[in-house]
Amino acid sequence: MLAFKRMLQSDWASRLIDALLPVFATLAALLVGAAMLLFLKVNPIEAYKALWDGAFGTSNAFAETLVKATPLLLVGLGICISFRGDVINIGGEGQMIIGALLATWVGLTFTSLPGWLVITIAMLAGFLGGAIWGGIPGILKAYFRVNEILSTVMMNAIAVQLMNFLLRGPMIDPSQAQLASKIPQTARLLEAFHLPRLAPTRLHLGSLIAVILAIAVYILLWRTVTGYRIRAVGQNPHASRYAGIKVQRYMVLALLLSGAFSGLAGATQVFGVNYRMITDGSSSGFTGGAGFNGIVAALFGQLHPIWSIPASILFGALLVGANSMQRVVQVPSALITALNGLVVVFVVSSEIWRQRRQRHRLTAARQESVSSPQTTREKIELGEKLL
Amino acid sequence: MISDLFSVTVLIGILASGIRLATPYLYAAIGETFSQRSGVLNLGVEGQMLLGAFAAFYVTLITGNLWLGVMTAMLVGALMGLAMAFVTVNLHAQQGISGIGFYLFGLGMSDLLFQKLLGTVETVKGFQKIYIPGLSDIPGIGEIFFRQNILVYGAYLLVFVAWFVLNKTTLGLKIRSVGENPDAADSLGVNVARIRYFTIILGGTLSGLAGASLSIALLNVFQQNMTSGQGFIAVALVYFGAWSPIGVLGGALLFSMINSLQLWIQVLGIPIPSDIAVMMPYVLTILVLVATVSRVRAPSALTKSFEREN
Repeated sequence: MLAFKRMLQSDWASRLIDALLPVFATLAALLVGAAMLLFLKVNPIEAYKALWDGAFGTSNAFAETLVKATPLLLVGLGICISFRGDVINIGGEGQMIIGALLATWVGLTFTSLPGWLVITIAMLAGFLGGAIWGGIPGILKAYFRVNEILSTVMMNAIAVQLMNFLLRGPMIDPSQAQLASKIPQTARLLEAFHLPRLAPTRLHLGSLIAVILAIAVYILLWRTVTGYRIRAVGQNPHASRYAGIKVQRYMVLALLLSGAFSGLAGATQVFGVNYRMITDGSSSGFTGGAGFNGIVAALFGQLHPIWSIPASILFGALLVGANSMQRVVQVPSALITALNGLVVVFVVSSEIWRQRRQRHRLTAARQESVSSPQTTREKIELGEKLL
Repeated sequence: MISDLFSVTVLIGILASGIRLATPYLYAAIGETFSQRSGVLNLGVEGQMLLGAFAAFYVTLITGNLWLGVMTAMLVGALMGLAMAFVTVNLHAQQGISGIGFYLFGLGMSDLLFQKLLGTVETVKGFQKIYIPGLSDIPGIGEIFFRQNILVYGAYLLVFVAWFVLNKTTLGLKIRSVGENPDAADSLGVNVARIRYFTIILGGTLSGLAGASLSIALLNVFQQNMTSGQGFIAVALVYFGAWSPIGVLGGALLFSMINSLQLWIQVLGIPIPSDIAVMMPYVLTILVLVATVSRVRAPSALTKSFEREN
């Protein structure tokens, strides 16, 4: 018993439990979901089997899961940056829309250029559009002290209306413009501008880009001075200021980069999946709620870009599986939205145990360090343990 | 035409619907004011409103009793508030993010219940207008202020009750002290956790009521995601109103008047693209936030969880 307790307190075991906390949180949410399904008089095992088959049953299903996971991962990477900088970006939806609009404009305007060039410019345009839409709340927060949660929510609403306006007017498909009942959509992108497919499925290059960028964000956050400063500002803005970091600049940068990744997510949706923009008047009509669900995925991946990859796949699977669940056992896919919410609540609630163990590790490490002489190397090791 | 906007009838119409449209914002934002003054940011308002709106609508549709609908909505909001209080007060969860979780839960849950229990958009006979004797006959003024339904009157009454409670009672003092300096309040014997439980549950209750005011008093229908961001606007209005009920009233009125103007512009067929018109209140809110927020200080302990030092 004592041995077991000591094992639980040991360094690696406590880290393993930390890593598994989100898994427990998901299981808890699925259990609540099972209770809700019973309440709806649906067999939960049957429902979850339909969900699993829909997400992983065939290679096509798995490809769909990855296609859905791509925007979640891209938005989530931005969330890793901004939340690490203690900037809460809820504007993913709007940033996706603006990125997509700018990228689509590029794709519809430069029709005489070669495909690879247009795709490159369009992705950069998506990145830029999102950066602008994230940068504005960043500036408002850093220099006018406007709470970024509120400004990003407002920017979402503005982006939706901008999209509706542009798709009904200036950017409307010329063939729709003459019709009496116009569908608010742009023209279709040329075949040459579609993101290349990776397999004989709908899986596209965007997924690969997202994974490469996940590694890039990891390097940015933990291997560069810029990333270090973003995290330092997030941990303690006052100390950072005394250390000579221009706190406001890094706040803006965190939100701007965060928006840029969402913008890229929007661009890859258009160039990899839909090949045009179309609106039903709401933001989720275009984004599929990825601007919000990307936050969920990133939190689930403990705001770590690499861990966000499996987390995005999990939530992509839930979204794809939800549709098949709706078909097979007639449970509205909205159930999955509700469960995603519960996962968020459970994950942030479980933080308290992680922090407790971290504090435990900290005291343990301190006790160790008292007894042994402090060389530089040991100090570094101690520091690494504490983080 | 533009000149139509300036006729007396239209002007009265704009003002009257502006007064009415402010109702859900007032309930939700006053509730949020209480929780923020005690140091808790509740971002789940939108989800609480959606579930409240559904509960009120469904109960009214089944029983035909509007007040039972209102009570259910408030109960649903209170329960969500209770969950939020447990998560933020006892488990010290990050408030902004857990709020997003509650929002997603409310969004999905209300949609799920709507599809399972109703299936199609139906209407109910909501609260009817009450003409206040005497006052409602005053030309202009009467039509703007005194021919509204009971939930509209209630919202404005709530503003002044909230002002009184926050500024003139011991409870209000406790709430404010917990939001400014929970350590000091704690050492003086104020139960920080209990106060925060109270304000978060109150906030949830009022958000539920805000949802009810939409589904059985203003619009008399329920649709998926029918609040369309109003809960988030309500949170913004608390910042906008500098954490004071009177300020919140000013913000809610300004926002809904612009919204009402925008609706009338569309009704009158004035050639401004409707998408641009719908956008205006949001742009304006950002601009006013820029102009006002930097002058007023938020409650010091806002978003910080409280833990007693050993």
